[in-house]
Amino acid sequence: MISTAGKKDTERIKSVQEFQGKQAYSRSKFYSDKVRVSVGAGTCGLANGAADVLAGLRDEVGTSGLDFLVRQTGCIGYCQVEPVVDVLAPGLPRVFYHYMSAGKARQLVRAIAEGDFHPDWALGRLSRDQLLVRSERDFSSKPNGLSTVPKLEELPFYKAQLKIALRNCGFIDPHDIEEYIATGGYSALAQVLASIDPEDIIDLVEKSGLRGRGGGGFLTARKWRACRQAHGYPKYVLCNGDEGDPGAFMDRSIMEGNPHAILEGMTIGAYAIGSDSGYVYVRLEYPLAVENLQIAIEQARAYGLLGPNILGTDFSFDVEISRGAGAFVCGESTALMASIEGYSGEPRAKHIHTSEKGLFGQPTNLNNVETWANVPVIVNEGAQWFARIGGEHSKGTKVFSVVGKVKNTGLVEVPMGVTLRDIIYDICGGVPDGRAFKGVQTGGPSGGCLPESLLDLPVDFERLVEAGSMMGSGGMIVMDDHSCVVELARYFTEFLTRESCGKCTACREGIVRMLEILEQITCGKAVREDMDLLDELCCYVKDNSICGLGKSAANPTLSTVKYYRDEYLAHIEQRRCPAGVCRELTKFVVIPDRCKACGRCVKTCPVKAVRGREKVAHTIDQDKCVRCGACREVCPFDSIAVA
Amino acid sequence: MKLDLKSVDQIIGKYDGEDSWLVMILQDVQDKYNYLPECALGRVAESLKIPLSRVHSVATFYSSFSLAERGRHLIRVCDGTACHLRGFTHIKEEISRHLGISEGQTTKDKVFTLDVVACLGACALAPVMAVDGRCYGNMNAEKVRVVLDLYRREKRH
Repeated sequence: MISTAGKKDTERIKSVQEFQGKQAYSRSKFYSDKVRVSVGAGTCGLANGAADVLAGLRDEVGTSGLDFLVRQTGCIGYCQVEPVVDVLAPGLPRVFYHYMSAGKARQLVRAIAEGDFHPDWALGRLSRDQLLVRSERDFSSKPNGLSTVPKLEELPFYKAQLKIALRNCGFIDPHDIEEYIATGGYSALAQVLASIDPEDIIDLVEKSGLRGRGGGGFLTARKWRACRQAHGYPKYVLCNGDEGDPGAFMDRSIMEGNPHAILEGMTIGAYAIGSDSGYVYVRLEYPLAVENLQIAIEQARAYGLLGPNILGTDFSFDVEISRGAGAFVCGESTALMASIEGYSGEPRAKHIHTSEKGLFGQPTNLNNVETWANVPVIVNEGAQWFARIGGEHSKGTKVFSVVGKVKNTGLVEVPMGVTLRDIIYDICGGVPDGRAFKGVQTGGPSGGCLPESLLDLPVDFERLVEAGSMMGSGGMIVMDDHSCVVELARYFTEFLTRESCGKCTACREGIVRMLEILEQITCGKAVREDMDLLDELCCYVKDNSICGLGKSAANPTLSTVKYYRDEYLAHIEQRRCPAGVCRELTKFVVIPDRCKACGRCVKTCPVKAVRGREKVAHTIDQDKCVRCGACREVCPFDSIAVA
Repeated sequence: MKLDLKSVDQIIGKYDGEDSWLVMILQDVQDKYNYLPECALGRVAESLKIPLSRVHSVATFYSSFSLAERGRHLIRVCDGTACHLRGFTHIKEEISRHLGISEGQTTKDKVFTLDVVACLGACALAPVMAVDGRCYGNMNAEKVRVVLDLYRREKRH
């Protein structure tokens, strides 16, 4: 970890020419003659033991007296296989190793010192140094002794991916601005400040077709232009890092792994809009994102890439971090601004757009993390290049967090317009344990649930809305036949009752009434007429709420009623939960013919309700059983059934 | 018990006494005292020259603030969608059984407080829980007991 907080003014880059010199220097440092070993140490990596791996690496390199660089990076998106270690050695393709431990990392370092790159532990090798178009070194035709290691970009998980927003995540050390500069970072800003007029940047972004990645999909250039044309000074540029949708974590990964991309995007935006001050609003649950962003801001200031007279020009812009304190509604623009101003995060009706009167009553432009991270690439590669990726109205790529009942969990960045099937089956390997796919929930609490019949739906802003869901921030939660959609609708509705700020009646009271009905259904106490009442309530809340939270609160319920009506009816009419999730309606029994008396369920049961001994089929004591289903999940023979 | 409020003054000084930083000031105060003591809220209002009602409104609006004393270790169980589908309920119930507290409660010995949060953003490793900000992924009942016992023995601290 490198902190430049106390560095002298000598780091300061005073002109665009000087920046080019810095770029060449950073490159030569990044691709030096030393071996560089790094560990993916995002929140996901750390939760999987990356800290121990890093400590092991540092210790081994130190005690062996090797002249290796040990670094920490963000997450390469393949969270499933973490901890991940990668090795960048002179003259060799970059190699990524998966399922590492401290012991394996030590062995790897010793082996590399002897010239053995342990191909058997490798996940893949990069034939270009980045998965994006531009790259310093190209090894596509020269595996240099690593030919048995598959190419990373040809693995099923990466094959269809194109990393724009995630371009550096897992590839550079987020604590070192020079690694960002070495891989092309801040070159877009330098180019903008040297030779592009603010209006022309807005035109460029307009031609690229970039739309907001935070959920709504509003055209970014239109927002920027409205704010540029608004009267008033100062103007503010904000970044929405309040990634509140449960199940989505791409913004966290970018803030942790590539924070400078956000700062560079915001600075370009601020130049286009005519702003000199900005905030990044980060949710409380992301302490590592706050830490890495803070380091990035301090380094950018020290290098003259933030603050007064950026790169020696007369353009000045600075950014501060504002930390949230736990409120989902603060992802809404006006609530977010209220929170930065030091008030409760209550949204207001937007009769006057925030581009005219936003933060502190001044013209304000708000984009989300992923949107900002796209901006430098659009400047570097051109609007046409960007507009060629994706579909007709949804340009570029989108990052999805594919989680839940799916084999390869992680972050997936694909051109818009690929189908749900491509993402869930081809990239993420489908549903594990031989279970059946039931549906996929997209768009978080504002989105909906899509069934198997829609697996060939191309994923873009419009098509998802047509299907009754929405893009949201890109969470995709896959469900198998052990997931109950009614319970899921209840879960989201309960979440929204907690997160409703309480300002407008429709949302505050309406969602609570919806929840009551959904609870009755999951308890088996509902009657057929409740479905009509539920439908009526959904429409009422949708039509009468002030902000997006209430307007979209009915989506989880409406979409599940639409696509899984039979499952609702099974709960109501037969008092049965087909998935075996709703406890009041579920009883687990052992099918004696299938039971091999292996004892796993006996060991797993938290309340010791499963009885059994060797060679005798087990039984479940219904009086003790709490219907948690833990036994069913561990049974390898599928011998526990819902009665 | 009378609390030493010097730290509150220092925190407010760090933010130049600007009331727009109220949310972060209260976070820092909570980090310092482990909860938001009534008298600290009064001092914040007084120093920032804003009504106490506004401080209270913020302190009760955001879910991370606590007006009651909490345990030494804060357990946050993730109830994000992925965790919910992959066994959040088992994890929460196991913690409750193991510590004898339910959501929002603190153990009698003031070692643990149990909170449920919307999403910790480590969905790929669901189900997830965090203790004092450190995430633990792919949890099951047995791992819950191991992790909690680690903190109970204070070996990490």
